[in-house]
Amino acid sequence: MFLVKCPWCGWREQTEFSYGGEAHIARPTGTDEISDQEWGDYIYSRKNTKGVHAERWVHTQGCGRWFNAVRHTVTDVMWDSYKMGEDAPNPPKDWDGLSSRDELEPSEGK
Amino acid sequence: MKKYSIFAIARNARNHHQDWERAWRSPDPKPSYDVIIIGGGGHGLATAYYLAKECGITNVAVLEKGWLGGGNTGRNTTIVRSNYLWDESAALYDHAVKLWEGLSDELNYNVMFSQRGLLHLAHNVHDMQEIGRRGNAIYMNGIDSEFLTPEQVKEMVPIINLNCRYPVMGALLQRRGGTARHDAVAWGYARAADSMGVDIIQNCEVTGFKIENGVVKGVETTRGSIGANKVGVVAAGHSSVVAEMAGFRMPLESFPLQAFVSEPMKPIVDCVIMSNAIHAYISQSDKGELVIGGSGDPFISYSQRGSFDQIEHVVGPVIELYPIFSRVRMLRQWGGITDVTVDRSPIITKTPVDNMFFNCGWGTGGFKATPGSGRVFAHSIAQGDMHPIAAPFTMDRFHTGALIDEAAAAAVAH
Amino acid sequence: MSQTYRLNGKGRIDRSQPLTFTYDGKAYTGYRGDTLASALLANGVKLVGRSFKYHRPRGIMTAGSEEPNALVQLGEGNRTEPNTRATMVELFDGLSASSQNCWPSVKFDLQSINQKFAKLFPAGFYYKTFMFPASWWEPVYEKIIRNAAGLGKSPMERDPDSYAQKFAHCDVLIVGGGPAGLAAALAAGRTGARVILADEQNELGGSLLSDDAQIDGKLALEWVAESLAELEALEDVTVLRRTTVSGYYDYNYLTALERVTDHLGPQDDDSTPRQRFWKIRAKRVVLAQGAIERPLVFADNDRPGIMLASALRTYINRFGVLPGREIVVFTNNDTAYKTALDAKAAGARDVTVVDLRDDPKGALVKAAEDAGIRVFKGYAVVATTGKHAVNACEIAKLGDDNRTIVSDTTALPCDIMAHSNGWNPTVHLWSQARGKLNWDEAQQCFVPGFAGPWKPVSAGSGNGAFALKDCLSQGYATGAAAAKAAGFGSGDVPATPATDDIEYGAMRMVWTVPGKKPLGHGKAKHFHDHQNDVVASDIHLAAREGYISVEHLKRYTTTGMGTDQGKTSNVNALAIMAEIRNAAIPEVGTTTFRPPYTPVTFGAITGQNRNELFLQKRTTPMHKAHLDAGAVFEDVGDWKRPWYFPKGKETMDEAVMRECRQVRESVGMLDASTLGKIDIQGKDSAEFLNWIYTNKWDNLKPGRARYGLMLNEHGMVFDDGVTTRLADDHFHMTTTTGGAARVLGWLEEWSQTEWPKMDVYFTSVTEQWAVCTITGPKSRALLSELTSLDLDPETFPFMAMQEGTVAGAPARVYRISFTGDLAYEINVPARYGLHVWNALREAGRKHDLCLYGTETMHVLRAEKGFIIVGQDTDGTVTPMDLGMNWIVSKKKDDFLGRRSFARSDTAREGRKQLVGLLTQDPNFVLPEGAHVVEDVKPKPPMKTLGHVTSSYYSPNVGRSIALALVANGHNRKGDTLSVPLMSGRVEKVTITDTVFFDKEGTRTNG
Repeated sequence: MFLVKCPWCGWREQTEFSYGGEAHIARPTGTDEISDQEWGDYIYSRKNTKGVHAERWVHTQGCGRWFNAVRHTVTDVMWDSYKMGEDAPNPPKDWDGLSSRDELEPSEGK
Repeated sequence: MKKYSIFAIARNARNHHQDWERAWRSPDPKPSYDVIIIGGGGHGLATAYYLAKECGITNVAVLEKGWLGGGNTGRNTTIVRSNYLWDESAALYDHAVKLWEGLSDELNYNVMFSQRGLLHLAHNVHDMQEIGRRGNAIYMNGIDSEFLTPEQVKEMVPIINLNCRYPVMGALLQRRGGTARHDAVAWGYARAADSMGVDIIQNCEVTGFKIENGVVKGVETTRGSIGANKVGVVAAGHSSVVAEMAGFRMPLESFPLQAFVSEPMKPIVDCVIMSNAIHAYISQSDKGELVIGGSGDPFISYSQRGSFDQIEHVVGPVIELYPIFSRVRMLRQWGGITDVTVDRSPIITKTPVDNMFFNCGWGTGGFKATPGSGRVFAHSIAQGDMHPIAAPFTMDRFHTGALIDEAAAAAVAH
Repeated sequence: MSQTYRLNGKGRIDRSQPLTFTYDGKAYTGYRGDTLASALLANGVKLVGRSFKYHRPRGIMTAGSEEPNALVQLGEGNRTEPNTRATMVELFDGLSASSQNCWPSVKFDLQSINQKFAKLFPAGFYYKTFMFPASWWEPVYEKIIRNAAGLGKSPMERDPDSYAQKFAHCDVLIVGGGPAGLAAALAAGRTGARVILADEQNELGGSLLSDDAQIDGKLALEWVAESLAELEALEDVTVLRRTTVSGYYDYNYLTALERVTDHLGPQDDDSTPRQRFWKIRAKRVVLAQGAIERPLVFADNDRPGIMLASALRTYINRFGVLPGREIVVFTNNDTAYKTALDAKAAGARDVTVVDLRDDPKGALVKAAEDAGIRVFKGYAVVATTGKHAVNACEIAKLGDDNRTIVSDTTALPCDIMAHSNGWNPTVHLWSQARGKLNWDEAQQCFVPGFAGPWKPVSAGSGNGAFALKDCLSQGYATGAAAAKAAGFGSGDVPATPATDDIEYGAMRMVWTVPGKKPLGHGKAKHFHDHQNDVVASDIHLAAREGYISVEHLKRYTTTGMGTDQGKTSNVNALAIMAEIRNAAIPEVGTTTFRPPYTPVTFGAITGQNRNELFLQKRTTPMHKAHLDAGAVFEDVGDWKRPWYFPKGKETMDEAVMRECRQVRESVGMLDASTLGKIDIQGKDSAEFLNWIYTNKWDNLKPGRARYGLMLNEHGMVFDDGVTTRLADDHFHMTTTTGGAARVLGWLEEWSQTEWPKMDVYFTSVTEQWAVCTITGPKSRALLSELTSLDLDPETFPFMAMQEGTVAGAPARVYRISFTGDLAYEINVPARYGLHVWNALREAGRKHDLCLYGTETMHVLRAEKGFIIVGQDTDGTVTPMDLGMNWIVSKKKDDFLGRRSFARSDTAREGRKQLVGLLTQDPNFVLPEGAHVVEDVKPKPPMKTLGHVTSSYYSPNVGRSIALALVANGHNRKGDTLSVPLMSGRVEKVTITDTVFFDKEGTRTNG
């Protein structure tokens, strides 16, 4: 059971949260104009990244808020989370997925 | 291939078992093959076997990044059944069950397929409607299917607590369902494929593809470049990773699924019992361990482990349904990576790259399909066109909407 | 019974508390502080079980949780437990245990015949045989295998004991209470950090409990006692005894099993849990689990009486038991000499050391020789004898190649043999935490390497630091560092006290000690996995056949797959494979250590969450009234809903028929409180609903209600309900009972993630409102008696809502109908629910009111063709498939799921569509789930066109009715099709529209 960082509540047990899938997939506008292929990709196609993954979570058993987070899908270490609409706080290129941003940059994370 | 039998064992015993030959060779990769199969699990090895056996293509390599059967083949709960809702699924999975029925003999390797019967319990009116529909659908497809009353369930599983939190109202029984020995399937196919000339190459990880003008020409591996006329990818747990190397995406996501066993005990459970409503399924291995699983963790992960709370969510129902197991102990738990599609049906398909085929997305239920999946995939690769049983499972369905939605009627499909 | 092998005055047992126990029906005595194993040895019992495959006699091999052999069936009846390690069972008065996997008795076991055919049972033999005839596999071969396998027996009764779970958070968790763990706890505890120290034994001290080491010139156990006293005085330090940390999960989440009352025996009341399952979230973790001695792999090394050297030493020193008189110690290292010395000092008649090394140089060797212990140098034990216990071993000079014997053999009589092949640090939790392991060439063992993401630290012999001085210094250092990392203390390390460590000489590694015949020849067996009966020649066979990868080796031979998870066997197996392959041991690899470290009781994992607390039941405010009225309940999600209200001896059918008639004739009342209810507010509420539902909501007037369908983005129906506009910026949404949480989540997701700028908020009010639905022609008359509202149809029309009072309670009354008859859904605050229900029931007497449940609700709605989402739909059904094109707005640009309608398969003709079915036999009710076909064949397979989704006998229509999803159904009205049933019956059916009753819809107004 890993920990998830809620941007409002801080680090909590993963079981307090529900996973919401890949982040930053906007619903297409002008849906009549796009092809079946494009529509199908919007509904079904996911990066499913092995490694650094931007994803959505909702603090179901907490504040109820949706937010985005960056997690390493091999170690399940969460780099950081951010509010909806904010840009992803990308970890360093050489991030090994072993430590969260709060561990590496204590002043930033608090 | 020297035949296995009790006589062979007796003969070898006289010579202190010094003369057994290798079950499969350990060759170095050749410069090129007619077909390269990526992934040395049950499905990949079965594909290679049927290519050699039925399609006359023996210049085949199976590339495995680790050890044979080290992915989901060696991590599942070994359940075999074909009681699926939709006609397309029933055709695919029952094709597999029919092959299972003769597999030990065909491979001359005891895969211990045991048709000890498989029960789906119904715990509420909705469950009863679901098994009613599915039981009838299976019947219409000519597959064995029986409804049991709670009393009949009790007769079959005397240790069950019918009057649990969600009382058992009935059950759907497939007598031809059961279990098999998972490792043996991989090893049996490997040995048989090897004997027909298939090169099985372990510790050989694919790192990229050679693609020219939209046609695959070979693969890059940790053991060098290998040419190929056709490539079949059967890399469960890493389908997206391999697809990304080839430049496209597969409509699936990878979730952890955990399972665990108890300490071994004398026979106490003589069939497979699944309960969707309270998310637990149980059987007993020949060694005596209770083999128990539940639903997957609800987030994507490649960690091959899950959260302990999922284990708790399975143990609770097990004790509710079988209170006598309260003092029994959990021996070992583990996790695998399941590639899950939105309709909980697999993808067996051509791809945007010519001569490259994918077989993936089996989710939590791939083991049972191993022989059927391998066979229809082999024929599809050989023909360059989908085998009729595989045809409904191509990736086109995610654009046309022709999903084969096994998740829709039942909450989970294992 | 006398304890013949008990030593006078020695050990940590409490002689003032003698205990009696039975083993295999025979009575024995022991003392408080004994384990079952030590008590059996004290009584001279060496044979305790039969092995898994060959049914060879087996005894006690270790003194700890690594025990592979001495597994017993503990207790009887509802408290019996299979596969319990005798070495971990603390003795209590009245304990009873029996041997397992043998019949009729452990001394005379019929299946020991397997030994005669052992040659036919090499590793993996079952993959090569039992295939002919194929039909025999399951009924014959597999049955035999299953009965032969399986060790102990499952309990057959409900467990009378209770279990608890406990969550704990701490700054530093220390696993293991030996010298390193205690030192770590002292260093961390002194900083003020919250420390948990967990140890699996009944008392702390670890290896020191069996040792005579000194710390600061005093007996080390005095240091243990002082340390413990200091720790227990620290407020934020928790010391857990009898607590095995079993799993190391992500972010330093560790599980532990505390055996609370197991050592006291069965408890009369269940107020104290038998076991407590700890779930600990630690900021930092120190692993100080010590080391496990490695057995030597030599010929017939499994006879009862052959045990690890450290185990013998523990029995002598800690339990005061010298289980034999003539003792042979077989070793490749110096530590076993301590056992020889202690045995000698304890009064053993004869102690002999057989040392594989030609010229061992350690100080202990000299001490042994000085003490008069005979030492054979450069010798190996090449055979053992003894039927039910070892009675002698044969030794011979070992060649330089480690593989041959270069002398004649000499027999050494012995009744106990102890052996040692060096030590393995206990790295299981380290590995579970994703830590890497390094091979320590000098010490020939795996030691913790790279720590991985959760950053545990390891100390003491678990870290490959075997000297007491190093255990203490690493303990202090890691404890201080862990506390500092968790935000406590300066990191200053306490000074390490003086110790009396002795320098050890080098080991001689002989991974397979040769026997008198080549490996695999003759009858001798070299066991490396004692529990699963795996022998060195099995590894050779696996290698020969290509099962070389460590995982293949493990799976093919089953080595390490027993209940001990290979604690004594894994490294030996790897080393033997390495020798065969001529590779280094780390090249062969390590197996994955999987949780739990030792098996964990399922009951403890469940904790309190069993029986009534397993999954709580949800009930409505009117539940008591339903119980009083004799309702039969249906489980709908977590809810208990009245299914029907039988009167007298009515069957379900009779009750439902009566309820159905009475509703349509007079008035009926249903508890509809379980329907999901969501309060929606904000100025963009209507616009939001336009997105969520298929129809238009901005033109709905306040006070009016509308039915809506919700689709997912695949265009498929996933929920429905009536939503009412309470004000311009305020809606009250209802959902299906089962879909309430899902719909709320759906609304939140879209509003927060896709349209965060919209002003709209959602609150679940399902539990805030109790709902009494009254329906039927007399419902207006009934309600008029209890309400302030004007019920005139002109002022209170269909699909309207009014606020007022009902039976004195504030109420929102919705004039909506799921029966097609005049209906009022009376919503009152939950606390008034029971009162209003009772008031309506009382007032209803003169209106012939009947209570009805969900089954009647289903029949009545089916008479009108109203769908139930999840029953008439299944996630593959569009509104058009339901014939509900009217609810799909053509005026809106877009709504969720709309685009999917245009996909080729979704837009195609001939999809499965919802229709009515009328059977040829009006009294025959089709089974739900039955399939509809065009052409009936004598037997399946048959091409199905669809299936029956709802089917009932309708007393109001006077015949059976059914709804079905049928391919191209909307174009086939009037066609006759067939429904072949599994019973063999074939029923002809006619396709109709879906409304069977009151087709004109006039009854809605009463």
